[in-house]
Amino acid sequence: MAQHLKSSSSKSAFLNILKHKLGFVSPSHGARHLRQNLPHGPPSIGVSQNPISRLCNTMAEKLSGIGFHEDVNNQVMDFPGGRIAFTPEIQFISESNKERVPCYRVLDDNGQLITNSQFVQVSEEVAVKIYSDMVTLQIMDNIFYEAQRQGRLSFYATTIGEEAINIASAAALTPEDVIFPQYREPGVLLWRGFTLQEFANQCFGNKSDNGKGRQMPVHYGSNKLNYFTVSATIATQLPNAVGAAYSLKMDRKDACAVTFFGDGGSSEGDFHGALNFAAVMEAPVLFICRNNGWAISTPTSDQFRSDGVVVKGRAYGIRSIRVDGNDALAMYSALCEAREMAIREQRPILIEALTYRVGHHSTSDDSTRYRSADEIEWWSKARNPLSRFRTWIESNGWWRDEAESDLRCRIKKEMLEALRVAEKSEKPNLKEMFSDVYDVPPSNLREQELLVRQTIKSHPQDYPSDVPL
Amino acid sequence: MWGILRQRAVDGGFSASSLRRTRSALVSARSYAAGAKEMTVRDALNSAIDEEMSADPKVFVMGEEVGQYQGAYKITKGLLEKYGPERVYDTPITEAGFTGIGVGAAYAGLKPVVEFMTFNFSMQAIDHIINSAAKSNYMSAGQINVPIVFRGPNGAAAGVGAQHSQCYAAWYASVPGLKVLAPYSAEDARGLLKAAIRDPDPVVFLENELLYGESFPISEEALDSSFCLPIGKAKIEREGKDVTITTFSKMVGFALKAAEKLAEEGISAEVINLRSIRPLDRATINASVRKTSRLVTVEEGFPQHGVCAEICASVVEESFSYLDAPVERIAGADVPMPYAANLERLALPQVEDIVRAAKRACYRSK
Repeated sequence: MAQHLKSSSSKSAFLNILKHKLGFVSPSHGARHLRQNLPHGPPSIGVSQNPISRLCNTMAEKLSGIGFHEDVNNQVMDFPGGRIAFTPEIQFISESNKERVPCYRVLDDNGQLITNSQFVQVSEEVAVKIYSDMVTLQIMDNIFYEAQRQGRLSFYATTIGEEAINIASAAALTPEDVIFPQYREPGVLLWRGFTLQEFANQCFGNKSDNGKGRQMPVHYGSNKLNYFTVSATIATQLPNAVGAAYSLKMDRKDACAVTFFGDGGSSEGDFHGALNFAAVMEAPVLFICRNNGWAISTPTSDQFRSDGVVVKGRAYGIRSIRVDGNDALAMYSALCEAREMAIREQRPILIEALTYRVGHHSTSDDSTRYRSADEIEWWSKARNPLSRFRTWIESNGWWRDEAESDLRCRIKKEMLEALRVAEKSEKPNLKEMFSDVYDVPPSNLREQELLVRQTIKSHPQDYPSDVPL
Repeated sequence: MWGILRQRAVDGGFSASSLRRTRSALVSARSYAAGAKEMTVRDALNSAIDEEMSADPKVFVMGEEVGQYQGAYKITKGLLEKYGPERVYDTPITEAGFTGIGVGAAYAGLKPVVEFMTFNFSMQAIDHIINSAAKSNYMSAGQINVPIVFRGPNGAAAGVGAQHSQCYAAWYASVPGLKVLAPYSAEDARGLLKAAIRDPDPVVFLENELLYGESFPISEEALDSSFCLPIGKAKIEREGKDVTITTFSKMVGFALKAAEKLAEEGISAEVINLRSIRPLDRATINASVRKTSRLVTVEEGFPQHGVCAEICASVVEESFSYLDAPVERIAGADVPMPYAANLERLALPQVEDIVRAAKRACYRSK
């Protein structure tokens, strides 16, 4: 992708310094160190950076001695996975840490760079694209949302409030990284070059929709852009992403799988299965949780009693970080580092991005019935991801008021035109009802299609006229 | 663990030997060349996977106990040694997890063969089989196909109760986007599994635990690594002119045995081994019924909304005027499988049930 402009060598050098400082929560204290010291295990294999031996760690774990041998003084025990110290105390692990896991950020609420903050430098070109795409996403959301309210679309779900997670994540990835989205990450597609017309075609399910009118609005997909078709069932994309990551691993690709989900999605069994599998398979996958406070009407206090989602990584042996999801620069930096680690070390990474769903869950929802207007107002004004990033790029001299008004004017015009074209466009042909159920249509489907065509021909009055035959 | 214990019991137990008796009665009925080689269904499945893995580096096996333990039923025997842990992947015990991961790997271009220790356990993963695998090609407008095989033992075993003994043929066969295959013989097992692995669509491959240890004659052609059977085609296992018996998997053996008995009484039964439950070979079924004018449908699964019911509907729609007698349906009892051996036997179709049904259809019952 042309937009990915970072020089990888200088980025790597910087990331190596950053890695030790950025505050990724390490899984189990030095588990790898312990493994290397197993007296009964195979010779130390350790963290391999050789792509040929990408499975060595797994095998080392499998081969490490089953059964345990107590130390002479009975203070430690060898146990599969590493040595365990004995204790004479009845000591339960606390249900939580004294302090909540801190949240990494670079820009304060006013868009000022926080002193001594660590971040990956972005070029003017990338920074301006990040900002422009965030604005585009917001305008697109507002126009589609209004179109739905006017009855022109059956459904819509906005991404408002979560623009930084969408766009800054996409900016930190390469086009080869495969995305397994939920339904609140259209910004990744936008970044990768999906046009406003393509978004509109999908929402209207017309004949130009590359999804052939099969999916409800917002459930986009583009094989060309490595963005897998949105699955409406919550969290099923997580194990799918691990599988795709395993495929990248087997093919020795310099890429990772990236999957997005919400705080509510972390309650699904698929979340737990996927994290455990990813750790065991040593799959290069980034789990990005958009903790936006609300799963439709369920607040996170009714969703889990843990310190959010970030702490769950450690239980599965996964390195994790909590990031301010409304700070585009922090999201970008954390994602660059996470991606680098995931691919170089062949391991999953969990990122909990703290944000807020400023819009309703979808057009089927009225969120003012269960949360206060003040709360929504505060997040949309005081913690607005766009204005924060704008202040920063303005302070760099990369953005001015004229550019802002030009951009908004141009996008609005383009968007309205895309909407108009998509709405007027012909709907999919009858044949698309039967294609793609299988790679090659079986005889019963060919017969069904023939039957429908014959019936329409003999009873045209019983069928709508907007189905091209 | 249950699966492993069960396999030991069954292999050495009465079920396998009773089936061997069944088979010996069948061999003469089949048209294999004299002196043909024999092969067990287990070896047929194992060799099919082995050959496909050898031919295509994108094929890999995953599931519980498939590697180090070589499969709860030893279907993956020797594969770990030959292809390594990267392609014979022992998974943690999370059906929904590894099924979702298999589907994701298929999205990304690999060809996973996912083993369920029994299809009863696939219930914990059915979301991924239906929502993630079956619908993706359609929902993505043909951009994402899902070349994956879900395989494992299905249907009743012996003495393992309700949660290890259900037939899921009708469940999966009701879903557009899936292909559902059920082999009977070693030839079926080899040809259909190789076809399933090569197929670009998701395939549910329903094996039968009690057939794993059974030997069948196998032709040189079927032993060739290029051998493959067409998906969607039934096989006429035995030709006849008086009554058609349709069935699949283990019940094919029962139907053939019933046909022998019927022959003794002068009734010529045609036995159709469906092989493919979806797509269903309606043409072969209807052609046979138009010839014999009588139909007995047999399955181990529950009667309501079953495979038999679908076949009956197809024949009523397409060949009603050819029927000389009501369609007979022989299915499992409409109850979860009881454990007690006496009740278990009563809950499953038996050869005698098929014989009586065929005679009723021919108006020959007393």
